[in-house]
Amino acid sequence: MLVIRRDLVDAMVAHARRDHPDEACGVIAGPAGSDRPERFVPMTNAERSPTFYRFDSLEQLRVWREMDRADEVPVVIYHSHTATEAYPSRTDISYASEPDAHYVLVSTRDPHEHELRSYRIVDGVVTEEPVEVVESYMFSHTGADDVPDCR
Amino acid sequence: MAVTVSIPTILRNLTGGQKSVEASGSTLAEVIDDLESRHAGLKAKLVKDGSLHRFVNVYVNDEDVRFQGGLEAKVSEGADVTILPAVAGGMR
Repeated sequence: MLVIRRDLVDAMVAHARRDHPDEACGVIAGPAGSDRPERFVPMTNAERSPTFYRFDSLEQLRVWREMDRADEVPVVIYHSHTATEAYPSRTDISYASEPDAHYVLVSTRDPHEHELRSYRIVDGVVTEEPVEVVESYMFSHTGADDVPDCR
Repeated sequence: MAVTVSIPTILRNLTGGQKSVEASGSTLAEVIDDLESRHAGLKAKLVKDGSLHRFVNVYVNDEDVRFQGGLEAKVSEGADVTILPAVAGGMR
């Protein structure tokens, strides 16, 4: 299950809407081992395409270094589908390389109602998981929140 | 020539859990062959049909080697080679 703060969900959806009809992508970093998404990092889609995304390689290097230094991992890796449902494509599955990440898909094909779903992708096998949206991690079962939520 | 290679989490099972390893070579291709001789299986994750696999990004001194000649990219003594899984996908 993905437990995630509402402001982070809103930020992913806003990014996907902003870049529509191109696919939007990014990560939400969190402390290693916590499984708790905390730091929203929208990324540049180097492809600028409605059907494909790829993190800009130099931006990715910089962001991955920052995470390394802060002892963070990409807890969520998100991208949007702008004309199809929020389900991983064959391309998504072939690239998925973080077995511990939650792969979040946002579909913006409907201009009014977005669809947001989360998956684990391990060795080419896709497993959908429930998403629990919380106002704060303080009271969720992920445990105590040592970092105050920033609003 | 000795270089330092940073290994991403997903490939550390091939380096005995090591985050960074030493290798030698004056081009990326030579570095990868040298890596393979000590960490069998790595090459297949990095190279496909004679060129760099599209699923990985490789950087030499923080430059993406795709813009430096790919496998022919020059690697100087003491260089830092970083491997990251490419993050990509899409509905196509």
